[in-house]
Amino acid sequence: MYLTPALRRTAALAGAAVVLALTACGTADPDAAAGGDAVDGSITVFAAASLTAPFTELAGQFEEAYPGAEVTLNFAGSSDLATQISEGAPADVFASADARTMVKVGALLDGDPVGIATNTLQLAVPPDNPAGITSLVDAAKPGVKTVVCARQVPCGAAAAKLEEAAGVDLTPVSEESSVTDVLGKVTSGEADAGLVYRTDVRAAGDAVRGIDVPAAAGARTTYPIAALAGSGDAGTAREFVEFASGPLGQSVLGAAGFGAP
Amino acid sequence: MRLEAAPLDAARLPRWVVAVAVVGSLFVVLPVVAMALRVDWPDFVPLVTSESAAAALLLSLRTSLTATALCVLFGVPMALVLARTSFRGQRLLRSLVLLPLVLPPVVGGLALLYTFGRRGLLGSSLSALGIEIAFTTTAVVLSQAFVALPFLVLSLEGALRTVGTRYEAVGATLGAGRWTVLRRITLPLVLPALVSGAVLSFARALGEFGATLTFAGSLQGTTRTLPLEVYLQRETDPDAAVALSFILVLVAIAVVGVAHRVRPLGDLAPPRAPSREAARA
Repeated sequence: MYLTPALRRTAALAGAAVVLALTACGTADPDAAAGGDAVDGSITVFAAASLTAPFTELAGQFEEAYPGAEVTLNFAGSSDLATQISEGAPADVFASADARTMVKVGALLDGDPVGIATNTLQLAVPPDNPAGITSLVDAAKPGVKTVVCARQVPCGAAAAKLEEAAGVDLTPVSEESSVTDVLGKVTSGEADAGLVYRTDVRAAGDAVRGIDVPAAAGARTTYPIAALAGSGDAGTAREFVEFASGPLGQSVLGAAGFGAP
Repeated sequence: MRLEAAPLDAARLPRWVVAVAVVGSLFVVLPVVAMALRVDWPDFVPLVTSESAAAALLLSLRTSLTATALCVLFGVPMALVLARTSFRGQRLLRSLVLLPLVLPPVVGGLALLYTFGRRGLLGSSLSALGIEIAFTTTAVVLSQAFVALPFLVLSLEGALRTVGTRYEAVGATLGAGRWTVLRRITLPLVLPALVSGAVLSFARALGEFGATLTFAGSLQGTTRTLPLEVYLQRETDPDAAVALSFILVLVAIAVVGVAHRVRPLGDLAPPRAPSREAARA
């Protein structure tokens, strides 16, 4: 994976900050928490598509830490997952890309959701940056093909918030239903710029270039996680939530580019 | 299509065949019923006449009609060539023409992107001419025509083979030129198949989703067709999504009804009877 030096520095700093913050207040030690219920069941974790890489790693580490435990992962758009859960899909844990989606399944949760990560938006441009974009203002210029998420989905809500915070009014050529579709339009070179999550830019490697938007810090999204009341193995489900919000989970999420909650 | 024969045929079937057929039919019908039960009927009209829904419906009708016209324009000659000529590689060509039928729509969208996109095979030359297709309504029409064309070619080619070349040969021996034979014998003979093929193409174009999403993008009034609007509304307003879905179901039922009614009607049309036309020619 290729990262620009500036991005690599930012990522390293963010990672270091996360590790520091967590070692300072490390409470959720897996061995200590395992004292109560037995943690050796099979659970199904529904997680937002943007969590694919870190949660795949996390599930492996969880199974290593608790021999006998088995984690099945299901990744999709948060709204899709929420709909599936409402319609009775057998999930034990749900991690969504924003609080609004978690509220939709609020009645089915086992305890309150916990924030495990934050994400901010970044402008993604093709590697050769054909429209010469360096800021959000450039992306709003007439003739520049900018793609964003529709306001109905989490990344679009964040984009609207960002536009307001930056005082910029984008006139996008397309409002996509998912952040993956926005990124696709940029990597294929159809669009000159797209507003996507920082973690998407990082995961895309050298297919796109990320440009920081100063106002993005004010339009941060928080990823909540919660165990579900209908779980057949509440002990393992709760422990997975603890694990993801604990130091190990946080270091994995930090390494994928997520911010601390 | 011979309705009077139907009860007799059904009586001769083993009962278990009928039972399995009932289960199969329920498999198709039940989801539609389940959807109808979820529709918020008191709010149905306001939900489907909202500004965004109306824009999506209008765009869908406009683009699907244009795509159907393109399918007829190019599909009729394609079906004629496939049915009435023989050449090396014809089988291969036929399989390739039918490819969009079996291709996942997203794959079709990617293929279109690599052809007409800014960095695509033709896209770079088109950009040089000042033609940009991505994110325009043209891209929607191209996606729809791409997935709908095989429906027209398939049904028309089948009809052309079924009617055979007998009348055409008679017409030719009576001195009719190629164009006259095509215009006064071949096309009138297969007109019902052409209409039902066009109706099916229209229905397929109306339901196009994957290729549009991949290739054209999604912007109200420009590229966000009804299926894309349903997909988006589902995120925040499931009631609106279900109501709009139901509109698509109604249109689909109407379209399939029309497509199936056309054939027997065409068979009965006496003034178009090709043998007489040919005799006069």
